[in-house]
Amino acid sequence: MSPSLESYVLLSAALFAVGFLGVLVRRNTLVIFMCLELMLVAATLALVAFSRFNGTGDGDVFVFFILTVAAAEVAVGLAIIVALFRTRHTIQVDRLNSLRR
Amino acid sequence: MEHLAFSCLSVLALGFALGVVLSKNAVNGAMCLLLCLAAIAGLFILLHAYLLAFILVLVYAGAVVALFLFIVMLLDMQGGQPWRFRAMQALAGFVASVLLIAGLDMIAVRGQLASGPPAPGAVGSNLKLYAYPLFTTYLLPVQVIGFLLLVAMLGVIVLSRRTGEAGRPT
Repeated sequence: MSPSLESYVLLSAALFAVGFLGVLVRRNTLVIFMCLELMLVAATLALVAFSRFNGTGDGDVFVFFILTVAAAEVAVGLAIIVALFRTRHTIQVDRLNSLRR
Repeated sequence: MEHLAFSCLSVLALGFALGVVLSKNAVNGAMCLLLCLAAIAGLFILLHAYLLAFILVLVYAGAVVALFLFIVMLLDMQGGQPWRFRAMQALAGFVASVLLIAGLDMIAVRGQLASGPPAPGAVGSNLKLYAYPLFTTYLLPVQVIGFLLLVAMLGVIVLSRRTGEAGRPT
């Protein structure tokens, strides 16, 4: 007897919610980025669970794509953060408010 | 047995996810992210997606978290900035999270999600069943993803070049 699909989907939703909370609460750009990754992984967990319980491999294939996009996103995002730190000497989001003035 | 493993792994995953959100030091956050990903890889193994668990550990825990740690140590933010509790943003985050969980709970409990036991044919254990759709049904997305990786690589090269030396204003 294995755990039901509902429990996997609920766990995935909870992980997504935790990541979302982190994006909204934290001020450090790096930690915000980590929470974004957490949200992506939560989505992949739901995809794998649906794929397993429906007996099709399509969800698993989409997880491949999500992993690839996440890797590309991390590379570009961290390069942007480093460039930002070079010019502004901070990565706290509440100090990066040039567009608000 | 499987229920016990699921409970342990889900508690570990949620706890380390909270650790990412609440840890003051970014290095501790990255370590919590690593352990959370390991727990999720265990959940993938419970779902018979062995190859995906392997790739998750390889790509995320191996490459992405290492890159995060590298950048955290490169930027060297004197210790950790404590997370200041902004009432407005914390309230927004809390309300949004509760709404999200409530909505998905409604879908999971009342919806037509209950599909009984998992399908007998475990797709995840057969490599050929991954490779065949990738090169037939999803051939165009694979090409697009390859192009995306190329563009991301070029973007990182352009972004990490030092400006201001070759006559360009900083």
